[in-house]
Amino acid sequence: MDFTLDKKHAMARSLFKDFAEKEVKPLAQEIDETERFPRETVEKMAKAGFMGIAVPKEYGGQGCDPLTYVMCIEELAKQCGTTAVIVSAHSSLCCDPILTFGTEEQKQRYLPDLASGRKLGAFALTEPGAGTDAQGVQTKAVKDEEGNWVINGSKCFITNGKEADVYVIFAQTGTKLDKKGRTQKVFTAFILEKGMPGFTFGTKENKMGIRASATYELVFNDVKVSDAQRLGAEGKGFPIAMHTLDGGRIGIAAQALGLAEGALDRTIAYTKERKQFGRPISAFQNTAFKIADMATKCQAAQYLVYAAAEAKATKDRYSVEAGMAKLYAARTAMEVTTEAVQLHGGYGYMKEYDVERMMRDAKITEIYEGTSEVQEMVISGALLK
Amino acid sequence: MKIVVCVKQVPDTKGGVVFNPDGTLNRAAMLAIMNPDDKAGLEAALELKDKYGAEITVLTMGLPKADEVLREAMAMGADKGILVTDRRLGGADTWATSVTIAGALRNLDYDLIITGRQAIDGDTAQVGPEIAEHLHLPMVTYVQKVVDVDEAAKTITVERQFDDRYMTVKVQMPCVLTALGELAKPRYMTPGGIFEAYDKEVTVWGRDDLKDVLDSDIGKVGSPTQIAKASDKVRKGAGEKKTDLSPSEAVDYIVGKLEAKHII
Amino acid sequence: MATENKEQYKGVYVFAQQVDGELSGIALELVGKGKQLAADLGTEVTAVLLGSGIKGLADTLGEYGADKVIVVDDPELKDYRTEPYAHALASVINKFKPDVMLVGATAIGRDLGPCVAARVHTGLTADCTGLDIGDFPLNPIPGQEDKQLHKQLLMTRPAFGGNTIATIACPDFRPQMATVRPGVMQKGERVPGRKAEVIEYNPGFTPDNRYVEILDIVKNTKKVADIMDAKILVSGGRGLGSAENFKILDDLAAAIGGTVSCSRAVVDAGWKPKDLQVGQTGKTVRPQVYFAIGISGAIQHLAGMEDSDMIIAINKDESAPIFDVADVGVVGDLFKIVPKLTEKINEVNAAKAKTE
Repeated sequence: MDFTLDKKHAMARSLFKDFAEKEVKPLAQEIDETERFPRETVEKMAKAGFMGIAVPKEYGGQGCDPLTYVMCIEELAKQCGTTAVIVSAHSSLCCDPILTFGTEEQKQRYLPDLASGRKLGAFALTEPGAGTDAQGVQTKAVKDEEGNWVINGSKCFITNGKEADVYVIFAQTGTKLDKKGRTQKVFTAFILEKGMPGFTFGTKENKMGIRASATYELVFNDVKVSDAQRLGAEGKGFPIAMHTLDGGRIGIAAQALGLAEGALDRTIAYTKERKQFGRPISAFQNTAFKIADMATKCQAAQYLVYAAAEAKATKDRYSVEAGMAKLYAARTAMEVTTEAVQLHGGYGYMKEYDVERMMRDAKITEIYEGTSEVQEMVISGALLK
Repeated sequence: MKIVVCVKQVPDTKGGVVFNPDGTLNRAAMLAIMNPDDKAGLEAALELKDKYGAEITVLTMGLPKADEVLREAMAMGADKGILVTDRRLGGADTWATSVTIAGALRNLDYDLIITGRQAIDGDTAQVGPEIAEHLHLPMVTYVQKVVDVDEAAKTITVERQFDDRYMTVKVQMPCVLTALGELAKPRYMTPGGIFEAYDKEVTVWGRDDLKDVLDSDIGKVGSPTQIAKASDKVRKGAGEKKTDLSPSEAVDYIVGKLEAKHII
Repeated sequence: MATENKEQYKGVYVFAQQVDGELSGIALELVGKGKQLAADLGTEVTAVLLGSGIKGLADTLGEYGADKVIVVDDPELKDYRTEPYAHALASVINKFKPDVMLVGATAIGRDLGPCVAARVHTGLTADCTGLDIGDFPLNPIPGQEDKQLHKQLLMTRPAFGGNTIATIACPDFRPQMATVRPGVMQKGERVPGRKAEVIEYNPGFTPDNRYVEILDIVKNTKKVADIMDAKILVSGGRGLGSAENFKILDDLAAAIGGTVSCSRAVVDAGWKPKDLQVGQTGKTVRPQVYFAIGISGAIQHLAGMEDSDMIIAINKDESAPIFDVADVGVVGDLFKIVPKLTEKINEVNAAKAKTE
């Protein structure tokens, strides 16, 4: 067990930090306010290799480990939660399932473009009637007589929607009886591309936080694709989705961690500058102890997130590690950003101060890619089985 | 094309200077970075590599810790790193430094040597030209732009900045260029580049690896200049500082001072 | 190897930089400083003038105090190129053997200086802000009093972005060479009709691969008032907030007859061009009055302006380091104070115009 970063990871962190401060920070406030997708940042990240950190070199990626990837998300989120989730959804939820479950042909076809950032990826499971309960999925894929799949239905709340070129989606392809004899839907994963006939985008969501990330409804109207677009075995969509989300949760945990750390950094700086009653407010023990508490939570969250990344690198299953990391980091993000706003006083409520945005951005980390309650189900389920 | 880029690890004076309680510079507390002009020169080399194909070697002279800037350069896309380090080279002024680096360069094949114009710790701008002189190479300092390379004729055309103008000059290769910060905006390292940089070996050379170099020309012994005195900059004492004047009072105060000195 | 027969090296030589047949300011500054050093050494100051068709400039150098002028006039020296110039200056050094050789720390001198120093094998101290004649070591080493050298050139220069200052000597090599920051030394009084002894010399030029080919010369068409020549500078920093807000400084400068300059942060933000930048990486200035408005006073900035006769600082941050060097410091809102100050100065000027 080693809690210090080796030289290559330390240098990677300095790279991400430098990039985030120079390229991401200056845009954060503006894109939050205008809800503008930061395409130029995506292009810069593509050039620097950030869009394929954990993809092996043979597929055009950087060939780094999950720890390097989470440090990237963490450093981006310290400046801008939106930018962090764009990379996380692209990497964890699109590159990763294609890498893990794709055929060699699919990997060759999609990964070089995705890993280099020439193309952007997204993932679509959620539907209006299917959030935590995946059985609610209504989107259907039916095989026609020529062996092609015809997909109908819609997905909602899709991160990188419309901006992405490649989508990993899930559709019902049949039913089966479970052990108790109940009928259960069976799903299959598909890779869709923007521009396929019948694949369109619905409304863009107007959100509380991560406002510049494009969140769209996807609409499938007789989208006809060959069997070559099927990702993984027919009927194996649910385990693929769950495995993918385990990885995704580590990314979101890193995003939450970065938001908390970013808010903490700003609060430390602010409380040292802000004077009341003739001294900096950091000189009041009330403030100082709160900062101690915030920092301790951030450190604990970081250990959990890094341990989850380590588990992903070394184990086949890491649901519990990922669940714990996300549960705790998301809670920390919410607590720390809320306290950060409080310590900024009236200024913290103003949009000129980053902590206002960070508190709004933090909330989603307790909700998407499995709510905190889902994480508690995953963790307790593994312990109490 | 073979390019050697000479880089230096320097304390980062830009991100705030840290002082010890006694008022001296706290170098340990300051970040060590790749000298900015050198980094611009490295980027120019990488752009030549992208455009024409090139093998880039980065060379640095310094303490063993200077290995870090070589790794950084390799993570940006340089192919090889060479660290010249030896106790016998310590205390060198620009003459002895340039003799040492020239001695290392004599072991290498190159079409182009690029250095930064100057390092932010010394600000001398001397080592690059002195290297060119020791190697009897054509040189252009203060390069603000690389215009063109003619690989067949072995020439490179660059813009050379002066105080009130710039010149476009064509130079025979091999030659030495010294880069201004504005020559090229350095790219970021890539994460994969960082991993590869640490998987590669950096070549380490000591004094005995230098070619055609006399002991009397290196280190402190070989340095013609010697420090007579080094001290913190003594600043003149502050005059007056008025903290509680209204804008009108402040104006009267300033105007009074200007009138006293017969400025107005 | 140390220089042999050091005692043969005599006289203070300065490189008299000219561009397009016009002497640069630094040439006269070096003649002025060189004359002081020569007096301390009991010798003469010699200007070295390199160029093509530039003999006439020798008269000006004489009027400003040069005792001798060595002229190398050759078509190869028309526009500055490292090699023919380095060859010319190194040849002058080898033939005339000066004790001290000063070169301006300009974009030309910082190219020529190191090249020549390497060629003649001597030390070179860069960007000097002070030059004196004295002993080395400064204090004799007990028991080795006889080893202390006298009448050495002591060269002072800032380092680490102006954070430290070092005094350097070149005891065993000749000439003792320095490049000198423009704007720091004072040129001497001009004595019309004063003549220097002119020595023409040509070492011969044989172009080789080290002679670069000049394809084009582009002069900066925009003629900006040189902040180094200004008597009054109105300098703005990050506190101005935007390029537009510099208007209030333009107004103040117009009222008081000054020139607007700025800090590095302003150039980095793209509000003002680089040639208006004061500081370690910009220009060194020493006007009679320096207004530092909305400038916190980073050490790099202070290095470029702290020798100004009177520094007036206006800043809302009471702890800004600029107040450490300010003669007149006002803590307050520049946006309130500066327009009022302009108004007041205009009033004073108007009143004076009436009484005169």
